Amino acid sequence: MNFEASVFYFFSAILVIAALRVITARNPVHSALFLVLAFFTAAALWLLLEAEFLAIVLVLVYVGAVMVLFLFVIMMLDLNLEKLREGYWDYLLPSLIVAGVMVVEMAVILGGRYFGLAAMPHPPAAGADYSNTKALGRLLYTEYVYAFEIAAVILLVAIVAAIALTLRSQKKNKYQAAYKQIAVRRSDRVRLVSMPGEERDRGDAP
Amino acid sequence: MISLSHYLILGAILFSIGIVGIFLNRKNVIIVLMAIEVMLLAVNMNFIAFSHFLQDIAGQIFVFFILTVAAAESAIGLAILVVLFRNIQSINVDDLDQLKG
Repeated sequence: MNFEASVFYFFSAILVIAALRVITARNPVHSALFLVLAFFTAAALWLLLEAEFLAIVLVLVYVGAVMVLFLFVIMMLDLNLEKLREGYWDYLLPSLIVAGVMVVEMAVILGGRYFGLAAMPHPPAAGADYSNTKALGRLLYTEYVYAFEIAAVILLVAIVAAIALTLRSQKKNKYQAAYKQIAVRRSDRVRLVSMPGEERDRGDAP
Repeated sequence: MISLSHYLILGAILFSIGIVGIFLNRKNVIIVLMAIEVMLLAVNMNFIAFSHFLQDIAGQIFVFFILTVAAAESAIGLAILVVLFRNIQSINVDDLDQLKG
């Protein structure tokens, strides 16, 4: 087992364990932190695949922004964990069957024969002067420039939607509603009450 | 040596873990969102592995856009979650029955 293989197996083991802990941790904060670990490890594997720019983007954008947002929301909400864990293991068997069948099927297809080293040999390693970021940027700003702009619009829509959903208009200042004052009727303010007449006091007065 | 199939099977395992996570945590919306992130990570892993072994950088471009859309999705999803919690004081999926469907 050479160096690359040992690095791959080391990080894959961490990645799978972290992903398992994401879905089984009792506390959602722990889940989020294990997801951070999973992203870090995936970034290391992407470095092994010579995708340097995306590896660092994964760390910066996902760990730095998205996961922090997750942690913010988790800590902001006051969760009743016992209620959420109720019947947690009920669907373990069907889910394991579904997942196991999927993994076995994909392993049968993806293993050795068509995607092994014989069919897909390792490409030669890029030279020291090759810049992944430069190549990616060159392609992104020429061939995929419209898709890039659409992605920018999607992010803008996400900002607007997130703010519009969570914004609460605050009632800070008190003001007179002029239309209500004009529309008021006598019957709204004055109420005539008919009462029985009182007897006048006689003689006792000093 | 590590071949393409190693990476693809790792992606398959990650994807299945995401599916099991959605099955198990069906009451907790936050963990369901995290399981979706794990599944997206598996997909991105496949894209980058193919991009490396086929020497075609277009796969990495695709991962870039997936990351963008996933960030937007989780931002809006969490915003909806906050509004939901504000209205019903719970994120339990069982409590989301106002529509009486």
